[in-house]
Amino acid sequence: MSWMAWTWPTAGFFIFILLCFIGMSVWEYCAPGGAPRRGVLGLDTTRGDRLFISLLGSAFIFLGWLGLVGAPLWAPAAIAIIWAITVFRYV
Amino acid sequence: MRKTANQKAWFFVLPVVSLVAFNAIVPLMTVVNYSVQETFGDNVFFWAGVQWFEQVLRSDRFHAALLRQLMFTGTILAIEIPLGLVIALAMPRKGPWVSVCLVLMALPLLIPWNVVGAMWNILALPDIGLLGYGVNALGFEYNYTRQPGSAWATVIVMDVWHWTSLVVLLCYAGLMSIPDAYYQAAKVDGARPWAVFRYIQLPKLKRVLTIAILLRFMDSFMVYTEAVVLTGGGPGNSTTFLSIDLVKIALGQFDLGPAAAMSIVYFLIVLTMSWIFYTLMMRNEEI
Repeated sequence: MSWMAWTWPTAGFFIFILLCFIGMSVWEYCAPGGAPRRGVLGLDTTRGDRLFISLLGSAFIFLGWLGLVGAPLWAPAAIAIIWAITVFRYV
Repeated sequence: MRKTANQKAWFFVLPVVSLVAFNAIVPLMTVVNYSVQETFGDNVFFWAGVQWFEQVLRSDRFHAALLRQLMFTGTILAIEIPLGLVIALAMPRKGPWVSVCLVLMALPLLIPWNVVGAMWNILALPDIGLLGYGVNALGFEYNYTRQPGSAWATVIVMDVWHWTSLVVLLCYAGLMSIPDAYYQAAKVDGARPWAVFRYIQLPKLKRVLTIAILLRFMDSFMVYTEAVVLTGGGPGNSTTFLSIDLVKIALGQFDLGPAAAMSIVYFLIVLTMSWIFYTLMMRNEEI
């Protein structure tokens, strides 16, 4: 595995993604309700779609911050959390 | 919407999930790992944090390559999609010419990408190439090895020649799947050809056009072989698209960290654009 050049931060990132998937599965199992619904963007989205939009949007929030401001990344992390909550609530 | 009670079908996709895990997800994870480190070879890495992302996102070189890439993709989509649709509409639906047209359309798709680049490289040479010599003989100053405008025109014409057929074949398949009853109803109503196209053919082609646009967008956004064989990214950097620039950084300069960071940004752009295209075109559509 040394060729994959693992680091703790990147491992943490992928564990977070995996936990998101597991969490979504458990959520759907315990409280079904993942069928598509129409949100403020006029799109029919499932819970999985909203997770995808949250993660993709968060990636661009971090990239935008890195391009315009730079490290540290606490502020974009806070913005990304607010973005994800907004997407899950309204999109 | 009712949920599917039987979820056993998911087991049938397990083999492909395992395959994708090995040929896509593991390399992608490796790229993410490389993007936050520096290496000088020998499998020795040093933590670099997010500095490669800052470097790439603020680099004029990356901005220029991205702009060229967007211009190239926009241009070829604007040409290939309408042209492919028009050719598909003009192709015969019955008779012996159907096979002839289909074979002719399939031919460019059968030629390997590097061969296409080499063919057009020779064809467009201003001194010995048929195309290059012919264009100059008509009085136009054309030399794709020296003039950026000529290089761009040649790359675009080459891509249109190579890939419009794909759009044609997809649209033709879509047209052939429209039941005759629609055309008969249009005839009874006295619909003109434009009305038949606008209200029958175009709506029925929505899905194949979505596929065609997505395929051509993704392929053209990742264009490498044909362009690099034809122009090598030149003259200067005028046809250095994102993928060519990425290879120069990763393999030419062996800057794996910046190249990995650039790959991730590149991947996210392709993913986002594809999602936007797909969502916009499939909106209000029952799947």
